[in-house]
Amino acid sequence: MTLEPHRTDTEDQHPSARPILVLYAHPSPDRSEVNRHLAEAATSIPGVNLVDLYGEYPDYGIDVDREQARLLAHEVIVFLHPLYWYSTPAILKEWQDLVLEHGFAYGTEGTALHGKVFFSALTAGGPELAYRAEGFHHFSIRELLNPLEQSAHLCGMVYLPPFALFSARTAVEEGRLDAHILEWVDLLKALRDDRLDISRAQQLPKLNGELSALIRQE
Amino acid sequence: MDGMLFRLFVYLCAAVIAVPIAKRLGLGSVLGYLIAGIVIGPLLGLVGSETSEIQHFAELGVVMMLFLIGLELDPSTLWAMRTRLLGMGGLQVALSAALIALAALALGTDWRLALAVGLIFSLSSTAIVMQTLTEKGLSGTQGGRSSFSVLLFQDIALVPLLALLPLLASPELLLIDADALVHAPQAAGSETLAHAAEMSLVAGLPGWAHGLVVLGAIASVLLGGHFLSRPLLRFVAESRLREIFTAAVLLLVVAIALLMTLVDLSPALGTFIAGVILANSEFRHELESDIEPFKGLLLGLFFITVGAGIDFEILFGDFATVLGLTIGVILLKGCVLFGLARLFRLKTMDRWLFTLGLAQAGEFGFVLLNFSMSNSVIAMEDAKLLSLVVALSMLLTPALFVIYDRLILPHKSRAEPADADEIDEQGPVIIAGIGRFGQIVNRLLIASGIRTVVLDHEASQIETQHRFGIKSFFGDATRPDLLRAAGIEEAQLLIVAIDDRDRAVQLVEYVKRRYPSVKVLARAFDVNHLYLLRKAGADVALREVFDASLRLSAEALKQLGMHAFKVEKMARAFRRHDEAGLDQLYELWDEHPDVAKNRALLARAREHRETLAVLMETDRLQLHDRTERGWTPPPKGAQASSK
Ligand SMILES: Cc1cc2nc3c(=O)[nH]c(=O)nc-3n(C[C@H](O)[C@H](O)[C@H](O)COP(=O)(O)O)c2cc1C
Repeated sequence: MTLEPHRTDTEDQHPSARPILVLYAHPSPDRSEVNRHLAEAATSIPGVNLVDLYGEYPDYGIDVDREQARLLAHEVIVFLHPLYWYSTPAILKEWQDLVLEHGFAYGTEGTALHGKVFFSALTAGGPELAYRAEGFHHFSIRELLNPLEQSAHLCGMVYLPPFALFSARTAVEEGRLDAHILEWVDLLKALRDDRLDISRAQQLPKLNGELSALIRQE
Repeated sequence: MDGMLFRLFVYLCAAVIAVPIAKRLGLGSVLGYLIAGIVIGPLLGLVGSETSEIQHFAELGVVMMLFLIGLELDPSTLWAMRTRLLGMGGLQVALSAALIALAALALGTDWRLALAVGLIFSLSSTAIVMQTLTEKGLSGTQGGRSSFSVLLFQDIALVPLLALLPLLASPELLLIDADALVHAPQAAGSETLAHAAEMSLVAGLPGWAHGLVVLGAIASVLLGGHFLSRPLLRFVAESRLREIFTAAVLLLVVAIALLMTLVDLSPALGTFIAGVILANSEFRHELESDIEPFKGLLLGLFFITVGAGIDFEILFGDFATVLGLTIGVILLKGCVLFGLARLFRLKTMDRWLFTLGLAQAGEFGFVLLNFSMSNSVIAMEDAKLLSLVVALSMLLTPALFVIYDRLILPHKSRAEPADADEIDEQGPVIIAGIGRFGQIVNRLLIASGIRTVVLDHEASQIETQHRFGIKSFFGDATRPDLLRAAGIEEAQLLIVAIDDRDRAVQLVEYVKRRYPSVKVLARAFDVNHLYLLRKAGADVALREVFDASLRLSAEALKQLGMHAFKVEKMARAFRRHDEAGLDQLYELWDEHPDVAKNRALLARAREHRETLAVLMETDRLQLHDRTERGWTPPPKGAQASSK
């Protein structure tokens, strides 16, 4: 039994229009070159709460009640992760299997997530050009994430295309990291303040690229 | 007896009054002791001629200090500082000696005497400087370390100096002394000589034999320190008598000092070598904390005697000369030091610390002046005068440190970047108790590249650990001084795994009170102990058998044919359920930690016992409820509509 002060589940209660929950999953964060920095950047934004899933549940023993309470308290749910085998790292799958319960997330009574915005912020090792029908990976990134998209629909959520960084293994060397982090922060702030053009965003293959055109400036 | 008690009373009284006042005024303890000495000696005349004898005894403090310094430096660290040691130290001694000798020549001194004086005054005061640096927390800085290297070199240089000085004997003095010896064998100078001869193994030996004896003595310190001291200390430690262990440590130091004196070597050097050799031993921290108080007191006594020994008659009779010489020496040495600091690229702050800190003459100056006098190098009046110069320069040192504190430090530029290699390595994790529990903790930490300091009061445990190449130290971890020696002040974590439940609680309580920033993780024997540790402030406390029991019961379920992942879920749910119960009960317990008087807790416990069966049943229900929670498919028939 540990005697650490118990984690509060209330977390940061920023009076923002849409509080954001980032579920961060990286099994070896100390070797991460991209995701770690995205996670760090997210923690410093008011109104954004980040949960390090591997940090909190090192044995995959996900606390369903706690996770459901978190979902209820936020309006935007983001998966932040590297692309592993065209999908999420294992703990995010475990999280879905446990937390998205019948009667909570889906089913006639399961309306807890209705209307909440969902998307995945991911990094892929492969280059963007390879993610298309003629390319090495044969499918676009949005197509590969179909299971997530359909799960979101089943839960009545508003699905946005992924915020994706390609060729992630060389992003640092090629100096692409900083710009990506800036975009990531802009995106989160726009979502939080309800300044993102949701219906336009839904049509895109990915969120980044033309991001500034989607954001209304105040 | 009365006389001794009275003197003891006077010394202690002076120290107890003067030192705290001096510290309060920001002058440092050394100046406090010196002033105390001046007050009881020359000013009030409460102590008199016996001071020089006491000073001789108090030099043991210096010897012990070098022993402690040695303990901090294992051979590899010493090797790593060889450039600074030889380069800086060697140049400092050579250049200072040359400059001072030249100045003396310019004042019309015979070249022999000039050279002798130069050599004598090239030395600085290890006692004052090291004491002050530690007190001000400056010993780890670049300037502090450089100062230490130079001081160490000087201590080593003492050996050849003692051999060299007699060669500089002045022919005239030799004649006079020889005369005096014939006519009055009790002449002051030769008395010490005779005294020395009586207690020497090397007096009167031819050069080659002298060399052999000296080498033999050093070899015996090296070999004895390496092979004999540890079994001896282990043997004594087994007796579990604290004071006998302390006595053994003192014996070690005194024996080495005696041996060194017998062969005309510096006792400080001998104990320094012994310290270095023992730096890697399991007794290091215990030795440190045992010697530390003796060193402190004796060193204080030493400073008092320096103050008390100042001859005001000569001082005021020839005030201008003494003051002029003192300032001259400090200036010359300061110039050499400043130049060296530039040469070795010390940063501004460190350069000034180094320059101001080492500019005085040292306590070995007294020794060497006495020695020179008895070897007809210097006349008695001159020796007395120069002794005053030594004393006055030492007296001025704390003032120089005050200059550093008040005038130099405030100018420290914020821009000066910290040296990468000076950022001290991360504090260690201290593990108290290396029994079956502590061993496992230590293994995982070390495997993860964490530096640990292991303490145990069972010499045999330590021995076992050594056999497996694990470094651990002998000593009772519940002793504050030992904890400090082990580095609790910089430690990140303390892990309490000692086998005495009450002392474990005391240890947690003490460390959390004194060093709130240190995280404390403790092993608990049972629930009550866990609560006590929690109340004492432990950041983490774990029941020692809980995890193993849980794992064994999980294995049992698997043996019974339950699916391994089902078992895993059951065990996880059980753990959560149990911990929640533990938290609830703690709240009741915390109101009245005295279990016997805690009605509510007793009632709860009785209830627990009486309805154990019922409880087990709810355990079962709740666990099933929890484990069935996850991976639940949608209800049958609902599929069509939603999934
Ligand atoms: C187990 C594993 C599976 C991976 N699968 C893919 C993949 O299917 N497609 C791809 O483009 N990159 C794949 N990668 C590369 C990772 O996406 C890439 O290393 C990661 O995005 C780099 O981000 P990081 O520096 O934050 O870890 C995989 C990497 C690992 C370790």
